[in-house]
Parts: sequence; C-alpha cells; structure tokens
Amino acid sequence: MFIIGELINGMYPEIALAIKERDKKMIQKYALQQIDCGADALDVNCGTASAKPLLDMPWLVETIQEVTNKPLSLDSSKPEAIKEGLKAARNKTIINSTTADPEKLEILVPLAKQYNSKLIGITISAKGIPQNKDQRVELAAAIVAYCQENGFPIGDLYLDPIVLPINVAQGQMIDILESIREFKIISEPSPKTVIGLSNVSQGTRIHNTHSLINRTFLTMAVAYGLDSAILDPTDKELMDSLITAELILNKNIYCASYLEAYRKK
Amino acid sequence: MGTQLVLEKWPAAISTVIIGATKDEGGSRSNIVKIGGQTSLPLLFKEGDLPNKPKIAFEIWDIPPQDWQEELISAYGKAINDPFAWAEKCVNEFKAQLLCVKMQGAHPDSGNKTPQEAAKFISALLNKIKVPLIIIGSGDDTKDNLVMPVVSEAAKKERCSIGCAVQDNYKTLVASVLADGHSIIAESPIDINIAKQLNILISDMGLSLERIVINPTIGALGYGLEYAYSIMERARLAALSGDKTLACPFICFVGQEAWKTKEAKVSVEQGIAWEAITATSLIQSGADILVMRHPKAIQKVSNFIETLYQG
Repeated sequence: MFIIGELINGMYPEIALAIKERDKKMIQKYALQQIDCGADALDVNCGTASAKPLLDMPWLVETIQEVTNKPLSLDSSKPEAIKEGLKAARNKTIINSTTADPEKLEILVPLAKQYNSKLIGITISAKGIPQNKDQRVELAAAIVAYCQENGFPIGDLYLDPIVLPINVAQGQMIDILESIREFKIISEPSPKTVIGLSNVSQGTRIHNTHSLINRTFLTMAVAYGLDSAILDPTDKELMDSLITAELILNKNIYCASYLEAYRKK
Repeated sequence: MGTQLVLEKWPAAISTVIIGATKDEGGSRSNIVKIGGQTSLPLLFKEGDLPNKPKIAFEIWDIPPQDWQEELISAYGKAINDPFAWAEKCVNEFKAQLLCVKMQGAHPDSGNKTPQEAAKFISALLNKIKVPLIIIGSGDDTKDNLVMPVVSEAAKKERCSIGCAVQDNYKTLVASVLADGHSIIAESPIDINIAKQLNILISDMGLSLERIVINPTIGALGYGLEYAYSIMERARLAALSGDKTLACPFICFVGQEAWKTKEAKVSVEQGIAWEAITATSLIQSGADILVMRHPKAIQKVSNFIETLYQG
C-alpha cells in the first residue's frame, strides 16, 4: 500500500497559521512525523482559505524538500497552483487531482507528462458527484481513455472513486468499494486506485468514532484491491489495521512481530 | 514471429555477505567469498543480476568424525584423523575455497573440549589454512554459549560466518559476532515465520540484517527436500518484493542431511548422487552456500554450477 500522509493541509488551523507566518519548522515537523509513521509520500494542500495559493504551494514544496526526498502530492483544485508546485519540486510528484472534465484533463495531463508526474483522477465531473458505481466507472473510463489517447502511462494514473461521508451517503459505500475493483479492469496495464480516506468519517469526530470508521473502511477497501490511500499515518491503530489487512491478503509474511517488521521496511 | 519472454522486475535485492577478510582488511585470508546480491529469482539471468555464484563449503570437524560412513571417511584417507591435515587436504587437494568447521569436539558427548581448547584449535586452524571459515557450534546450547564467544574472539577480524543462532538461543552468539566483526547464521526449523522473527530479534540487538545468513534447515532428497525448497522460494519472493527481514542469503547443510538417508548408505555411488542431487535442487531454490561432505559430490556440483553460469 502506497501511503500518502494527509496532515499538511491548510484546512487544519495549525498548518494554515504556519503557512501564513512562513513557519518552516512547523511544516517540517509534520512532514517528518508522518514519514516516521510510515508515509510513502506527503500530500501538500495550502487550504481553501489560502489567499495566495500560487505562492503558498511552492513555498510548502521547498520547505518540505529541505527535510525529505519522499514524493509530494500537490493537492489543489487550481491547476495554476499545481503548476507552481511542479516548478518548485525536485522530489517526485503526484498531481492531486484532475476530474473527468475535458477542460481539467486538457491542462493537467500534459502537465503531468511534462513534469514526469503521477496523476490522480477523481471520478467527478461538472455534472456533480456520481451517485452509483456505474457512473463512477464511466467517469473513470473517460479519464483512462483521455490518458491513453494522449500518451500518459496508465500505470502512473491513480483513480479515486470519491469516498463520501458515512453519515451522508451510507447507501453508496458498497458502490465505492466495488468501484475500486472495477477500476482495475478498465485497462491493461491497470490504473492504480487511491482514496481520500478521512472523508468517510467526516462529522463523526464529535462521537469519537472517526478512527474506528476510518480503519474499518480502509481494511475493506484493501480487500477490494486498493493500491494507495491519503490518510493520517500518525493514527497507529489505523496503520496497524492496514498492515494486518495486507498480512491477511498474503502480501507480507507472518511472524510474531509482523507489525515491527513492516515498519522496518 | 518469435516468442516474447515475459520478464519480471523486482524492486529489491538480496543483501551481499562477505566471508573472510584479507590482510588489507585486518584479517589473514588469502581470498574472500561473496554471496548474495541477487536481484532476481535463482538462475533467471535475464531478469536481474546474479553477481555471485552459489559456493560450496567443505564440512570438516575439529575431531575425527564419529558417525560418518566408512565410504565417506575413506574419501579423505588417513588425513581425516587429524583435523588440520583434513582441512589442508580439502584446500590443497580438493581446491576448497571455503571451509565449514563444526566444533563437535566441544559437545559434552563428543569429548567435551573446554572453550580454551576450542579457541586454540581455531587459532591454529586459521594459521594453517588461508581460506575463509564458517564456524558452527556443537549443537548443545549450554556448551555452545560457553565455547562460541571464545571461538569468535579467537577468529576476530577474520570475518567468519558463525552459527547457528536459533530462536531460543541467539543472544550470546549475536553479541560475540557483533563484537568480533563476523556474520551470523540464523537457523529456523523449515519455518518461514520463525526465520523472519529470528532475523528481527537479531537485528533488534544491533546486528544489521546485512550480516545475517539464513539457515532454513533442509531435508535431503526424499526426506522433505520439497518443504525446504518451497520455504526458500517463498522467502526469496518476499525478499525481492521488498521484505528486508528476509533478504539474506541462504546456507544449506546438504552433506549432513544427505548422508543420513538410508539410500546414501546403500553404496558410495548412490550416496554421492544423493548428496549432489540434494545440492543441485537447492541451488534452484536459491541456496547461496552448500555445506557438503563427499569430494566427488562436491566436484559434480561445482561442475553443475559452472555450467549453469556459463549463461
């Protein structure tokens, strides 16, 4: 499982403040802490409240690169902000993300090719969020087709079925899980799959069930063949569940201290 | 149209272990032996690097062997009654590049040598022969814990491979090996879970995973060879996929297993064949060191390795 740490996000007040005050130490602390806990890559999002995303994104990229060479997932709905991030990046990058809309694909797929970046494609379009599995697969196929026509390697494409909060769209959870499996058979070689995990537990934090919901959903998604997730790697129980799920799927060999063994990798 | 080969690319490599230290490195060996370093499954030359051939170590003891068959003993002639002459015969006559000496004489039932006597033996052996050494305890845990630290110290800086650490008894040996610059042989009973666990326990004591050689324990042909084979294969697949805790070379004690079988006891030719077939099968499952007994079996397997590696 390719783990993308989610904590460097301007949505969190501490990060928003650090971005505003150009507090490198705080950002770097979060970068290293997530890597220590098992992140393979770091999501970088200056937050919707950011007034100057075109400046904030490259600053974040440079700040994080000072302490790690792990890949960075440049997370913004604004292609210009992503482009500024790509320009500043020496580390490997993941563009997070394009939708299935032609106007987004036309900008971001060439950018991903130009900067040799991986690309996350989320299965939404201007028409809105899909309501079932079929709509997700249709949008995924549109993204895959566009990438194929334009020479972007499908192995570098990560499809996101859009995880919705359990308290909003309980009826869609099975559709989301089954989409993960179906995305893999859209093409050969298969595209990869990714989810933004914490969405599933949005609004449940006040009942203190978010962590349990996250790890249960992740375990199920792993069983459906999920390749990658954007999540909070400092949630130890979440990481333990993930490692155990992969163990049960025979991806790692069991031993008494398999949790430690995985973390030594 | 020709058939397209489907080639697998692996993200990880088996670690390289060096046995023996030359003068430049503070030791006194005339050659060193390198094992491991593979980036593909055994013998798939097109899929990755196989930088080091499997190596054969001649098994010798610090006392004349007690339970070896007459046919096996006669292959070495009178020399076998003197461990030093036996070792020299292996090196000079049979061109051994690597010796595996078993400190059987320290076993309470086989002479019960003191740690000091054992250490003296190793020092003298290191003086007499100049090829790298693998040193194995007698198999009696309590006694080995007294003997092996002293033996390890006597061989300090010679970068030997010393064994065998087992799950219930590894701490003393790890501490000695760590202090004296050797590598360790970690033994598990044909059990991949225990092999992995033991490697973790050893590396937790500060000995890096790059200084571990796995003894997966094997059975001879007809006596569980396929179990060992599949365990080794599975460990290799995990290691090449990125599991560092299993990315160690393998040592297989072929001679002791092959010559235990009733088939090997029927005739010397059959014994040699039994040992050679066991060894060649294990090469195909990833064995890096084969500890063997009969010079003729060793010759056959050496030829086999050379042929395989001609490409």
